[in-house]
Amino acid sequence: MMEYTKPNVLKKHLTDLFEESKVSVFSKDKDYISALRTEAIAQFDKKGFPSGKDESWRGTDLKKVLSKGYQQFLHPQNQDIDLSKLFICEVHNFDTDILSLLNGWMVNGYARLKTFENGTIIGSLAEAMEEYPELINEYYNKSDKINEHSFSSLNTAFAIDGVFIYVPDGVQVDRAIQMVSIINHDENLLVQNRNLIILGNNSSLTFVQCDDSTNKLTSLNNSVTEFFIGENSNLDHTKLQNLNNKSTLINSTYINQDANSNVSTNAISLNGGLIRNNINVALNGQGSNANVYGLYLMDDKQHIDNRVYIDHKVANCTSSELFKGILDDEASGIFNGHIMVRKDAQNTNAFQNNNNILLKDTATIDTLPFLEIYADDVKCSHGATIGQLDLEAMFYLRSRGISEDNARMLLMYAFATEVINNISIDPLRERIDDMVKKRLRGELSICDTCVLHCGSPEKEVHFDIDLSKI
Amino acid sequence: MLLNIKNLHLEIGGKEIIKGLNLGINKGEVHAIMGPNGTGKSTLAAAITGREGYDVTKGEIVYKGIDILEMPPEDRAKEGIFLSFQYPVEIPGVSMTNFMRTAMNEHLEYQGKNPIPATDFLKRMDEKKKIVEIHSKLTNRSVNEGFSGGEKKKNEIFQMAMLEPTLSILDETDSGLDIDALRIVANGVNTLKTSENAFIIITHYQRLLDYIEPDFVHVLYDGQIVKSGGKDLAIELEEKGYDWIKQENENY
Ligand SMILES: Nc1ncnc2c1ncn2[C@@H]1O[C@H](COP(=O)(O)OP(=O)(O)O)[C@@H](O)[C@H]1O
Ligand SMILES: [Mg+2]
Repeated sequence: MMEYTKPNVLKKHLTDLFEESKVSVFSKDKDYISALRTEAIAQFDKKGFPSGKDESWRGTDLKKVLSKGYQQFLHPQNQDIDLSKLFICEVHNFDTDILSLLNGWMVNGYARLKTFENGTIIGSLAEAMEEYPELINEYYNKSDKINEHSFSSLNTAFAIDGVFIYVPDGVQVDRAIQMVSIINHDENLLVQNRNLIILGNNSSLTFVQCDDSTNKLTSLNNSVTEFFIGENSNLDHTKLQNLNNKSTLINSTYINQDANSNVSTNAISLNGGLIRNNINVALNGQGSNANVYGLYLMDDKQHIDNRVYIDHKVANCTSSELFKGILDDEASGIFNGHIMVRKDAQNTNAFQNNNNILLKDTATIDTLPFLEIYADDVKCSHGATIGQLDLEAMFYLRSRGISEDNARMLLMYAFATEVINNISIDPLRERIDDMVKKRLRGELSICDTCVLHCGSPEKEVHFDIDLSKI
Repeated sequence: MLLNIKNLHLEIGGKEIIKGLNLGINKGEVHAIMGPNGTGKSTLAAAITGREGYDVTKGEIVYKGIDILEMPPEDRAKEGIFLSFQYPVEIPGVSMTNFMRTAMNEHLEYQGKNPIPATDFLKRMDEKKKIVEIHSKLTNRSVNEGFSGGEKKKNEIFQMAMLEPTLSILDETDSGLDIDALRIVANGVNTLKTSENAFIIITHYQRLLDYIEPDFVHVLYDGQIVKSGGKDLAIELEEKGYDWIKQENENY
């Protein structure tokens, strides 16, 4: 295994690897992709990895992560793994199509593209690059701001595979599409998958994106997902992050919305050594609406960094952000919510909230709202709270005979539930609900199968009932 | 004796609030504790139920023959002590059902019994709701969130009915209630009263005592019980106010 001591060394290794690959793996690329790669590696080379001095990375120290050596596969691996075991999904009544990525590569039935009768295309991005150059040319790497982030440039330089979804005009995809990205390897691994999701006009899609690790080894996942949402279209997006404590996940999500489109994106971070969610929303068309939610439950020395940038470019759009977190032990967190309201974006409504509970005084959270407003007819609000569990409520619960542990659990769960309730698919919400409870009780393990099969669902808890459903 | 408080001294943040209090309660009895604002009535209730941050510097609280001062509040509750809060706490996101079912099951577990099945639990909820005339569906409401003042107090008595405590302390359950709600709450208490349990009714007014007949009335003043008597004492207090108590004690 390669061991490095400085981010610079990793950078050099990657730029060298790029040069080698240009004449091998990347030589078969279409011109458009090839040009993008060359441009992107130059951008990455110029900027390098973000450092502590970089304003948008303040509070998140990558030095340790980038001082390690990583191996990146530029070919799919035929591992001795029983894939059917790795990708079992056991959410009852959850009608879903699963796209599985192993170490960044599409596996299973969707390794090739599937084109449905109504024109929907679902499958591997690598295949899509071959088969649908027009769509790739029109959308790939066209997201707002995507070239401003050096991690995204690095991804563009190396990305080969990931999920590709195209939903034509007027098509409602009934079944939720679930992408499960699993990292399982016995050396430090760098994974750079790339996803492209395109919705035409008047269409809708539910997309669940799970990032998991199945072993305890080190990995760095630099994942980029682009969404293009046509007029009057709806996207329901849930990210579920459950990685081991040695995992670093840089998850960049670029959402580009046309007029009257609706997006709900929810980042549920259950576990991970270092997680950075870059969420960029460009409201390009009037009447568009974005709901951006997040829940993070961190302990140990874990670090979470949610950075949301919402760009109100035109009039009559709304955005609302709600991020909630519980941090224990020496966990640390950053919430950075930047709302940009451009000069022409009159009649903008933009709301932002970040609420945190620190269970120990060794845990830290930095919450940095930033409103940048150039229009005058704007309703904007932001709020942030950092607190402990309500002691009055604790005593009230305990005075009824509820143990301190269960009382704490009830209150933490109550705090988290506001975000969970925004998940619109019932069985998925219930499952995530269950996982959150397990996580709060410290019983959630890194899965040995699919993320939605974590732990033992049959085990019942005292408060694990919702009698309103009986 | 069910509860025996002996020479209790208690401080909050270094300031003595309870200053040598004695009180004995037997099963089957109703004790009223009256007294002006700020004399330590709620503090006494908190000391009996085990709220943290109260330093008992002297004396003991013996319940069912054991000193419970070191016992955490949840264990006191499971031993049968219940407090109807003067100010019930709103807990957004915790549903009444989850709350009550968790509490009930912890009580059952403590008694070495199996958890209550969901259907039995729901039946019990319905039954006990009737005692305090709660008509709304509690199931998907958060604990006390958005409850009116009267609803909150009824909810306290409802919880009492669910948990069937041995020693119930009602801290100003009557204040802020209109006459209807007062009657409902009092009826609830009277329904739950047996020869095997006891009540401490903390109140300012004799009003509630018209509905719940006390066996003893105590006057708490400046951290001590300065006068005890029967129901007549409550009537006397209602007529004369607390000034004569103050004077009597300040002349000492
Ligand atoms: N948490 C607290 N911190 C400081 N002082 C308190 C606290 N709780 C009560 N006190 C003080 O103790 C005294 C008794 O209060 P309390 O027991 O609430 O009176 P009552 O219920 O008789 O009106 C008052 O002087 C009050 O200010
Ligand atoms: Mg009081």
